[in-house]
Amino acid sequence: MSRITYQQACLDALAEEMRRDPRVWALGEDLGRGGVFGQYRGLVAEFGPERIADTPISEATIMGAAVGAALVGTRPVVEMRFSDFALCAVDELVNQAAKARFMFGGQARVPMVIRQPIGMWRSSAAQHSQSLEGWYTHIPGLVVVTPATAADNKGLLKSAIRCDDPVVYMEHKDLWQVPDDVPDGPDHLVPLGKARIAQAGSDCTIVTWSRMLSVALQAAGALAKDGLEAEVIDLRTLWPWDRQAVLDSVARTGRLIVAQEAVVVSGFGAEVAATVAEELGPRLKAPIRRLGSPRAPIAYSPPLEDVLRVTADSIADTAKRLCASG
Amino acid sequence: MSDAKHNIDVERLRRHYATMGLIRAFEDAAEQAAREGKVTGAVHSSVGQEAIAVGVCANLRQDDQITTTHRGHGHSIAKGTDPAKMMRELFGRAGGTSGGKGGSMHIADFSVGMLGANGVVAAGIPIAVGAAHGAKLLGNGRVVACFFGDGATNRGPFLEGLNWAKVFTLPVLFVCEDNAFASTTRTKAVTAGDGPAARARAIGLHAADIDGNDVALVDATVAELVARLRAGDGPMFLNCRTYRLRGHTAADAAAYRDASEVEARWQHDPMKLTAEQLQRLGVAESHLAGLRQAATVRVAQALAEAAAAPYPARATAFTDVQDVGAPA
Ligand SMILES: Cc1ncc(C[n+]2csc(CCOP(=O)(O)OP(=O)(O)O)c2C)c(N)n1
Repeated sequence: MSRITYQQACLDALAEEMRRDPRVWALGEDLGRGGVFGQYRGLVAEFGPERIADTPISEATIMGAAVGAALVGTRPVVEMRFSDFALCAVDELVNQAAKARFMFGGQARVPMVIRQPIGMWRSSAAQHSQSLEGWYTHIPGLVVVTPATAADNKGLLKSAIRCDDPVVYMEHKDLWQVPDDVPDGPDHLVPLGKARIAQAGSDCTIVTWSRMLSVALQAAGALAKDGLEAEVIDLRTLWPWDRQAVLDSVARTGRLIVAQEAVVVSGFGAEVAATVAEELGPRLKAPIRRLGSPRAPIAYSPPLEDVLRVTADSIADTAKRLCASG
Repeated sequence: MSDAKHNIDVERLRRHYATMGLIRAFEDAAEQAAREGKVTGAVHSSVGQEAIAVGVCANLRQDDQITTTHRGHGHSIAKGTDPAKMMRELFGRAGGTSGGKGGSMHIADFSVGMLGANGVVAAGIPIAVGAAHGAKLLGNGRVVACFFGDGATNRGPFLEGLNWAKVFTLPVLFVCEDNAFASTTRTKAVTAGDGPAARARAIGLHAADIDGNDVALVDATVAELVARLRAGDGPMFLNCRTYRLRGHTAADAAAYRDASEVEARWQHDPMKLTAEQLQRLGVAESHLAGLRQAATVRVAQALAEAAAAPYPARATAFTDVQDVGAPA
């Protein structure tokens, strides 16, 4: 184990996979100088500018060219720098990358990773703060990954690079500098589609992912002081998501809160809530609760930005109310 | 000498110098406030590019319109936006140009035809084209100036927007601020061909390619181009060669370029060039120092007001989202 940051963890992951497989390469703006968040720092020195490719500001072609390069047997890692800018390349991702295998009757695969950092990052405002992970779970053909810890950002990125499907890989901008114990060596893989029980508990289940995990754990800590044991599940991958882990947990606790940073309306939390309602409805001890952002663009001014955040207090209060009923 | 060449009147050049000085003072103060954590969001300084903002906007009427980019403070000030309201916006306070909801990258002031800065590179291009299309439909005689960086010329909307403007013969002036950089990347390293003006000409636009640090030259060139826009000649293109004297943002030390390169470019600082022109025309340095001092005082006051202003009411996080189905 080494204590390294979320940023260092994904740097190590990409470097290891590039050493392991010469078909892996990365493309995006400013990568030669380490990328906008330093998550490519030093890679060009080891792998050269052909495999750490500096691109023009041409999102549609970055994505589209990666699709082409994947179809012919390379394994591109695309950097979109903010999920907001990946919207400039949605056709290439949704109509092309996601569907090529199916439309062409299985003649080709599109093994690519599309990195697009999400989330609020102090005063980044409406066009640099969105959490759009739910959108991509709606698209058949795509895998969607949202790592919450350094260990997972290493193990999941490696799995994503080895995956033969297009993987939308969404790091959270507020996590880059957060350290965690990460297993050493190139064999640390985290399987896609497997949730992690971040904290065990029996009174209620809190399902979450990405940066909201740390908020949920804080809430669980506060609840423990009141004698309530919350089980916190980090989904880690949103598609495919670990239904069984969630259903097993809620079958035991009888209570579910889904906490996400994204807008609640039509967010991925709705999918989790609906599934649990369908599968366990009569066995629930309390109504399911979804927490997330109100449906408003994200403001610049710190107090306005904070209005949209789900806090540990709001999760804990919700849990207490659920536990008081039933 | 450009002053003689462009036959610019001293008073006009003096006003340009004063406005450029105001932009310079604003940018310096904004960057400093960002480094001190008083401005919480990203600040992209236009230091070194002031002559373009001023030379272009001096040829626009108040009801003409502009769109700009993440590096848009100078364009806003030159178009007539109150720097005090802008500073409040950077501080995220009530009374800012967007009520604190937008910040530096989303400054807008529709009262002076400033249709908005933008966080998405090249996104302002189609919007400017549409504004010109609207002006044509409305027959109001307005023209639109569209500011963007050299890096933006590699995005599809650049091609699509120029083509559209030409096809519909729209009164839009495309102004490329060719400052050699796109974030940490040298634009030349990722850009084929002979530059923005060559691309524009390939689409059939009339294109001028000039030293964007020479405010008299920018002014004179834009005067001609805008006259042609108003005459109905269709879109015009202006490439302004300049240099981004600061980092990409206030947080960027720009270690990827040599200090000597930047130092050499400071010799071509538009503030310095304009001061020299004015001195040649008989304006005393002491007078110019007074103009700079006035700008510094005005910005210091804006800064103090912004720091003292209240934050917006929390309820405004939910206003101006939409009418139907607004957040409850
Ligand atoms: C579509 C999109 N891609 C990438 C970015 C990130 N980004 C912000 S500014 C910038 C560089 C822009 O360069 P240029 O257009 O030359 O303008 P300058 O910053 O030099 O004024 C980049 C890549 C963005 N905001 N939008």
